[in-house]
Amino acid sequence: MSPDDLLYTKEHEWLRIADNGGTVGITDHAQKELGDIVYVELPKTGTKFNSGETFGSVESVKAVSELYIPVSGEVIEVNEDLGSAPENINEDPYGTGWMIRIRLLNKSETEDLMSAEEYDEYTSEGK
Amino acid sequence: MRYIPNSQADRQQMLAEIGVDSTEQLFAGIPEKLRLRRLLDLPKALSESELLEYFRKRASKNEIEPAAFIGAGIYRHYIPIVIDALISRSEFYTAYTPYQAEIAQGTLQAIFEFQTYIAQLTGMEVANASLYDGSTGLAEAILMAQRVTRKNKFLVARSVHPEYRAVVDTYAKNLGIQIELIGYAPDGRLNLEQLASKLDSNTAAVVVQSPNFFGTIERTHDVAEMAHKHDAMSITNVCEAISLGILKPAGEDQSEKRRADIVVGEAQSFGIPPSFGGPHVGFLATREKYVRQMPGRLVGMGKDFSGRRGFVLTLSTREQHIRREKATSNICTNQSLCALMATIYLAVVGPKGLREICEHNVFKTDYAVTQIRERTKFRVLFSAPRFNEFVIQNPLPLGEGRRAPSAPGEGFSSPGLPLWRFYPELGNARLLCVTEINSREQIDRMVQGLAS
Amino acid sequence: MSKQERAAGHFSINESLLFEEGSPGRRAFDLSPLDVPLKQMGDLMDPELLRGEIDGMPELSEVDVIRHFTRLSTWNYHIDLGLYPLGSCTMKYNPKINERVARLEGFAFAHPYLPAQMIQGALEVQKTLEDCLAEISGMDAITLQPAAGAHGELTGILMVRAYHESRGNPRRSILIPDSAHGTNPASAAIAGYVVESVPSNKRGTIDIGALQKIVNHEVAAIMITNPNTLGIFESEIAEITELLHRQGALVYMDGANLNALMGMTRPGDFGIDVLHINLHKTFTTPHGGGGPGAGPVAVKKVLEPFLPYPVIESKTDGTYSFNYDRPHSIGRIKAYNGQFGMHVRALCYILANGAEGLKEVSEVAVLNANYIRSKLKSAYALAYDSASLHEVVFSDRLQARKDVHVWDIAKRLMDYGFHPPTVSFPLIVPGAIMIEPTESESRQELDAFVQAMLAIDTEAEQNPEIVKSAPHTTRVGRIDEAAAARKPILRWRAG
Repeated sequence: MSPDDLLYTKEHEWLRIADNGGTVGITDHAQKELGDIVYVELPKTGTKFNSGETFGSVESVKAVSELYIPVSGEVIEVNEDLGSAPENINEDPYGTGWMIRIRLLNKSETEDLMSAEEYDEYTSEGK
Repeated sequence: MRYIPNSQADRQQMLAEIGVDSTEQLFAGIPEKLRLRRLLDLPKALSESELLEYFRKRASKNEIEPAAFIGAGIYRHYIPIVIDALISRSEFYTAYTPYQAEIAQGTLQAIFEFQTYIAQLTGMEVANASLYDGSTGLAEAILMAQRVTRKNKFLVARSVHPEYRAVVDTYAKNLGIQIELIGYAPDGRLNLEQLASKLDSNTAAVVVQSPNFFGTIERTHDVAEMAHKHDAMSITNVCEAISLGILKPAGEDQSEKRRADIVVGEAQSFGIPPSFGGPHVGFLATREKYVRQMPGRLVGMGKDFSGRRGFVLTLSTREQHIRREKATSNICTNQSLCALMATIYLAVVGPKGLREICEHNVFKTDYAVTQIRERTKFRVLFSAPRFNEFVIQNPLPLGEGRRAPSAPGEGFSSPGLPLWRFYPELGNARLLCVTEINSREQIDRMVQGLAS
Repeated sequence: MSKQERAAGHFSINESLLFEEGSPGRRAFDLSPLDVPLKQMGDLMDPELLRGEIDGMPELSEVDVIRHFTRLSTWNYHIDLGLYPLGSCTMKYNPKINERVARLEGFAFAHPYLPAQMIQGALEVQKTLEDCLAEISGMDAITLQPAAGAHGELTGILMVRAYHESRGNPRRSILIPDSAHGTNPASAAIAGYVVESVPSNKRGTIDIGALQKIVNHEVAAIMITNPNTLGIFESEIAEITELLHRQGALVYMDGANLNALMGMTRPGDFGIDVLHINLHKTFTTPHGGGGPGAGPVAVKKVLEPFLPYPVIESKTDGTYSFNYDRPHSIGRIKAYNGQFGMHVRALCYILANGAEGLKEVSEVAVLNANYIRSKLKSAYALAYDSASLHEVVFSDRLQARKDVHVWDIAKRLMDYGFHPPTVSFPLIVPGAIMIEPTESESRQELDAFVQAMLAIDTEAEQNPEIVKSAPHTTRVGRIDEAAAARKPILRWRAG
């Protein structure tokens, strides 16, 4: 079961809303599919993205996946720890494996995202 | 055919087991209208002894006298016998690319050693597993700098090997890269004033070669400092790798601002024969922070799951087989066997031998220059310090005083490479190269030829 | 490493790095005495230009060097030891005569900048190889300049671009089937093109219906591998090339698999405009542990003006020369004229075979692949039913039920003394196992390989753990690649 306080995208990112900000990472399902993560490329703070744009990429030994921003936002903080400890994404995808914090530019976009229940259903369909 | 083990009888038996009557049936997937129903029109097959004869005859039609005094990116240095003895082991030369690390540790460890040697010699932090050659290596370095800086303007010294620049032009053409050339000063080195006037915040990188095409030694650290002031990268190209044994490496300086960001070049001088232009071996070294923007393969040191040291291709997500059109380069192979030759060469000569070779190159070149100045009417151009090449200018204009080049075995009437095709402004000039393999007698004879 | 640890095994199974060996004062090299005046280096150049000692560079004796590399060599699998069933990478026997003739001094020490009169032998070898490759491929002109297959791809696509530019519009995209080599899209991107994927149909060939929908006037070319990476001949190739030509687009062929077609059919005869040829795959130049390769490019007449310069010309008097005067050329793709040492070897192989020999090579390569197919198809799932030429692709579908995957099978093969096949490629086959035995293998060698594969299948059923933890007999086990990639160590450092 995915944590039910988060919102999800079809590309397997999660978004945690708090006050006016949001935290973004990838789901447990995604990290399992990727395998051992060895490198993450993240944007600089201050960069703005429209919903669905690529904000970085995540690499395992033999694959690269792009990261898509769940809602439009400006990056206000980047998880620098992932530079030296990308394995946090495997070990704790919803905690220390978070990737960026953003200031939401259009809050209404969150309505397009999936709930935990919807996401779990979505990922089980794929199997 | 002697390279095919299965006899006609073997083949018949195999066909029976497959359940077909003839090999012809196995090609049924090719539509009849596309089948070639005649034999290929090729020279008739030769026996092994005929092959030897065929190639010996053609090889003997090439002039290979070291007294040609020709370099220009391909150098004659002594090649220790040990190299060929080792690379002739089929364990090295008939092995596949080391994707399966457990049964390719020999190749992998040797490449790791190559990477280490190149990093040590260039004063850089990391080097890759090799590239095709120096010319494509330089193009790759420029593409890499474009990725790192996201800028498109490159200032390239005109004294970079002209054919390298031509390759860069071919690669750059469709990627929005603009190349602006920086001329050389009367002393043969980069024109720093011109560089200063063209450097700006749009500049991605400055590219300089040292020793440059004329053999003179550039002030690469000054160039790096100037580039960094404008947030441009500094790329140093090295065609004559032997020089790394004595010249201060571009990647090394007390001040970080004066260190090159990429040192790229050709390592043919490390024990690889000229072979009419290839195969040779390119190298690319850089700083650790740019490693994920590097082109080409990398070998890393790691451990197996029981803790034994082992080597493995790593950071391969940069490469084409994973990232496809977004890869850092389309390069697939490296020049493993040539990189191995360079590694063995460096192991054989060692730090002292390498330095002595450099000294012989410099002293013999100086001797040749002095003799030409004293005994002939030729001018020796450019006053800056040089390594093992220099430019001489015939006082007679082009077209006069030129004799027909000789045929193989007859010796040379005109040493070196005429420069009119690359640098028409230098008139009747030639680029000469003197290395440790040239004896004083050869040099004297060459000077005498120029004097008469 | 401490002495005590080393005592656990002979150096030959536990060889140090060069940088951990040697000791000051050892030498493996002597220069002849200096016969010109000795000077002070500082008099000839500013001491600022000179370097200090090279940190960490070892001093070794000749015996040290020989032992070190000989020991390393014993850790490599290689074609002289046994079969490499590598699909698409074509590891065939490298005849010894090739090595001998490439080392002839007249070739090894030839310099390309000498006047044409002094390099006639080298030019003749290159020109003869060009003529042979043109005849084998059915094309009109060849450049030998590209250094490897991927480099040839880039060269070819740049020529495609120059061709379209000469007609006023470079066009926008290159079409690439989803079964293609990764170098194809990467090369197209460097040439400034957008890549569009073409799906495969159920037979494992290009879906011509889907292709029809995406071919238009903005398509510069399609890049086709034929036979494709599944080992299947694109039977509708003539229709495909015609479809592209009708829209003014060109057809590029990745010649990686030309070894299946020699003397049987020619790319030039089925509408290909440009292709590259990997000399190490079809024409036995050695792999060298990953290069040097060589990737000549063959073109039809329409593309000839765009070939990289210089081109070799034969004159009426029987001599050869480089022609630099090529106003429409794409430029240079490499300094000098290609990997000449590889050209000598390839020509030697072609001359050793002749027309009948090369045809026999393709026949036996296809026979051997089909033999393996027939022997393994009951134990391993065939990816596609279509007829195989020189290679056959299975999937790990049947073994995956026991959680034994393609990588496990690959690693376990090492314990049976074989190099693994190509795995996880082509990408369109999940768990792909791609096998190409080549004509170099005897029936006995193929049988031994089949036995090993069947034994592994049985193990997957009865004792999957032994497969999943393989290899068990190699000098090192599986390397922790994730750890190696997270904190990459790319060079030795003191201490």
